[in-house]
Amino acid sequence: MLGKLSWAAIPLHQPIPLVASAVVIVGITAVLVLVIYKGWLPYLWREWITSVDHKRIGVMYIVLALIMLMRGFIDAMMMRTQLAVAAGSAQGYLPPEHYNQIFSAHGTIMIFMVGMTFMVGLMNFVVPLQIGARDVAFPVLNSVSFWLTAAGALLINLSLVVGEFARTGWLAYPPLSELAYSPGVGVDYYLWALQIAGVGSLLSGINLTTTILKLRTYGMGYARMPIFCWTALASNLLIIAAFPILTATLGMLLLDRYLGFHFFTNDFGGNAMMYINLIWAWGHPEVYILMLPAFGVFSAVISTFSSKPLFGYRSMIMATMSICMLSFMVWLHHFFTMGAGADVNGFFGIMTMIIAVPTGVKVFNWLFTLYGGRVRFETPLLWALGFMITFVIGGMTGVLLAIPPADFVLHNSLFLIAHFHNVIIGGVMFGAYAGYTFWFPKAFGFTLHERLGKAIFWCWLIGFYLAFMPLYILGLMGATRRMQHYSEMSWQPLMVVALVGAVIILLGIILTVVQLVVSIRARQSRKVGGDPWNGRTLEWSISSPPPSYNFIDLPQVSAPDSFWLTKQSDKPISDQHHDPDDVTPPTIPSPSAVGFVTAFFAVITGFALVWHIDWMAIMGLLCIVITWLVYAWRNSDDNEVSSQTIETFDASSAKSQTT
Amino acid sequence: MQLSEWHSGVLDPQGPIAIAERTILLNSTVIMLMVIVPVIVLTLIFAWWFRTSNHRARYLPDWSYSGPMELVVWSIPTLVILFLGGIAWIGSHELDPSKPLTSNATPLDVEVVSLDWKWLFIYPSLGIASVNRLVVPAGAPLRLRLTSATVMNSFFIPQLGSQIYTMAGMVTKLNLQADHAGIYPGLSAQFSGQGFSDMRFDAVVMQTTQFAQWIETTKKVDHALNTSSYAQLARPSVQVDQTLFSSIDAHLFDEVVNGAGMLHTMQTVQNNAAVAAP
Ligand code: HEM
Ligand SMILES: [Cu+2]
Repeated sequence: MLGKLSWAAIPLHQPIPLVASAVVIVGITAVLVLVIYKGWLPYLWREWITSVDHKRIGVMYIVLALIMLMRGFIDAMMMRTQLAVAAGSAQGYLPPEHYNQIFSAHGTIMIFMVGMTFMVGLMNFVVPLQIGARDVAFPVLNSVSFWLTAAGALLINLSLVVGEFARTGWLAYPPLSELAYSPGVGVDYYLWALQIAGVGSLLSGINLTTTILKLRTYGMGYARMPIFCWTALASNLLIIAAFPILTATLGMLLLDRYLGFHFFTNDFGGNAMMYINLIWAWGHPEVYILMLPAFGVFSAVISTFSSKPLFGYRSMIMATMSICMLSFMVWLHHFFTMGAGADVNGFFGIMTMIIAVPTGVKVFNWLFTLYGGRVRFETPLLWALGFMITFVIGGMTGVLLAIPPADFVLHNSLFLIAHFHNVIIGGVMFGAYAGYTFWFPKAFGFTLHERLGKAIFWCWLIGFYLAFMPLYILGLMGATRRMQHYSEMSWQPLMVVALVGAVIILLGIILTVVQLVVSIRARQSRKVGGDPWNGRTLEWSISSPPPSYNFIDLPQVSAPDSFWLTKQSDKPISDQHHDPDDVTPPTIPSPSAVGFVTAFFAVITGFALVWHIDWMAIMGLLCIVITWLVYAWRNSDDNEVSSQTIETFDASSAKSQTT
Repeated sequence: MQLSEWHSGVLDPQGPIAIAERTILLNSTVIMLMVIVPVIVLTLIFAWWFRTSNHRARYLPDWSYSGPMELVVWSIPTLVILFLGGIAWIGSHELDPSKPLTSNATPLDVEVVSLDWKWLFIYPSLGIASVNRLVVPAGAPLRLRLTSATVMNSFFIPQLGSQIYTMAGMVTKLNLQADHAGIYPGLSAQFSGQGFSDMRFDAVVMQTTQFAQWIETTKKVDHALNTSSYAQLARPSVQVDQTLFSSIDAHLFDEVVNGAGMLHTMQTVQNNAAVAAP
């Protein structure tokens, strides 16, 4: 009846998971009770959960990313404390069966649920505003994408309470991840969670690509698109090209595990090398899916806070698109040590280095954007400067790892761990924070507390260097990744330094929450108008927060920095304003529960598949299909925005602009 | 901390491969630092000099393109990469793990099998074997053939250089050499499950005469590596003591590669896992 599920799946006899799941359950229950008691549920349901507005969905993506950052970071703290104590003959407090789950969960959550989610959230919020569109191309699909991502996140976290998570690392290499060596449900949680979230990512990639290709406003040729939209386009093209590979690869592993196939098993002609090739054929583009939008954020931030156009706009586009294409030709650098032979290794080493050329060009272009500017040291710019300095170091160690003979001694070491945290934290996380601080006032109409913002930056910057520079040294000393304990006492001092660094990052994360609370409480006094940073692109030309339809009249543009030009030309912005009798009112799609309901049943289906509860899986799938059928036969679709709503909005935002 | 204190690291190489790899590592780092350091310094200088409050700084609100600059911007990284690309290409060929080392000394053949969670070293020409203890003569090239009886691992002795994967059903080749006598830590660099952290071994490098003695004493331990003792050994276990075998079954390595040994291990893994699962 319940497949493999039994009471044994609840970790009653293991204190750490038990306490962790108790905390999670109590937390979720507390939030739910509060929401229901305060009567917020109808509001949340109407305005957020069923919303198909790209801005709301973008915000929800980022909320999800921030919550998952906490989870992923708790895992990181557990690993750092374990490694600070487990030296010599000490075994630490986390036995391998826990420790191995923790690094697997940390990696999976940080990449899929923090990095991806944050970047997709930023793109969702910003891209339609920057290209002068009223929403994304497929608003309801957008909601489905978001909720499927959330469903994946929920499944991963559910594994904490019911059962276990994978102990196979964030990429679940076979044969270790095959049934023969990982008979538990951990790998199944991993696989189904990523399959569900992966579908969400693919749909969102298709959606944003279509939006950028089809919904640009009047006059916005490709060479007039803000550079963030270019990086978003590149990133989403990569999603479309790469995510099907992930789905197929994980699908084959699922067939091995569920139906006794032998794609990657040790026996009957299976070939694990195939999986490793395929997963990296997705995996390397994936790192650029995360990195490219962050590059776009930095381009926007550096040019805005230097009060100058981006230097070498066309060069930047060239660089972005060549990174986009090259990223598919380098996957083998993740396994030079497989013994492929000198020609193959040499070729992929050189291809990898070639990516450093357009990346280097980008760095120089940012440098020359600063040159001759009027640089304002607001928080987003601090993140950008911190990024430029940190990222070149990470880039350098990346090129080192691309030299096959150097990789032969550095592969899978803590040097590698230091390298990719160097680019992921220094690049993606700093970019996420820069974008978050930069566009927050656009989303909510008030700014985040500046002093706290700067404190957060310094915590992350200093914490990062303390936490990861020691790992470079440890890697050179011969320490490998994924160790649960080590016998060399001489490694311990550096491990302790790394722990101190992590504690400083912890402070930064706590301050992030404090900053949010403080800023929300003081929101009346922190109110800003449409253009708090002296912005350059279209999103700053409308009120903060923007109306649901974004633009009454779709604007006409003549340059990437069109809003800046408008401001320079002394033409009052209100010139662009509409005449209420003249325009056809914009239409916006009505809210829809289809995304939430689909995801709800996707969780049930995923859970049932993990535990081999066949009837439940079939029921869940059936319910998803029924949901779509009901949606397909709906009567009403788009709502016209009445001119009255528009006038009310104008009046109220005019009032808030003057106060 | 001094470099010399970094025992067991890749910066303290003890053989020609490891030395060459460290040279490449250091040279490439220096070449890149010549670009990286100016970029970092310029970032700080530009940002600070062009701050809003500095009225002496020139404001160029429209400066966003310059042909010569673009040329510089594309050529600096291109030149660096051309140079490093050369190092990478030549290095891949010179230091290809499967490339035999040239030497006057007679090479020693060793067959390496990774098991859950220990290392088996078979000396086919000497007719002996050992677990978690790789004994080799100083100054002689090592010709390693490697495979795995279970999941993937990576055979790595940081001070001797290049690591290589061990994979079931496949043979990888690795050529190394140790120059000086000593005991160097070896490990698995590829995560392989529960007992991974303890998958350590000692690479014991001896002078030629001592090595000959070691062979003699090993041949006297009266402990045979045959099908049944291998089956015993192949069971998943951690922190296995270093053991020696005085005689070997000559086809064992090939049998492991062809899967005869493997199927057996899989069964035991499955049984073990069934017991261990909650
Ligand atoms: C915020 C501070 C962070 C700390 C202190 C931290 C710490 C760690 C540690 C200790 C490990 C295990 C290293 C080992 O294998 O020995 C690890 C692995 C990893 N981390 Fe982080 N991390 C942080 C942030 C991130 C972020 C932001 C990402 C990605 C967006 C990330 C992605 C990963 C991945 C993919 C792995 C590899 C997991 C595996 O081995 O399967 N981490 N991290
Ligand atoms: Cu890669």
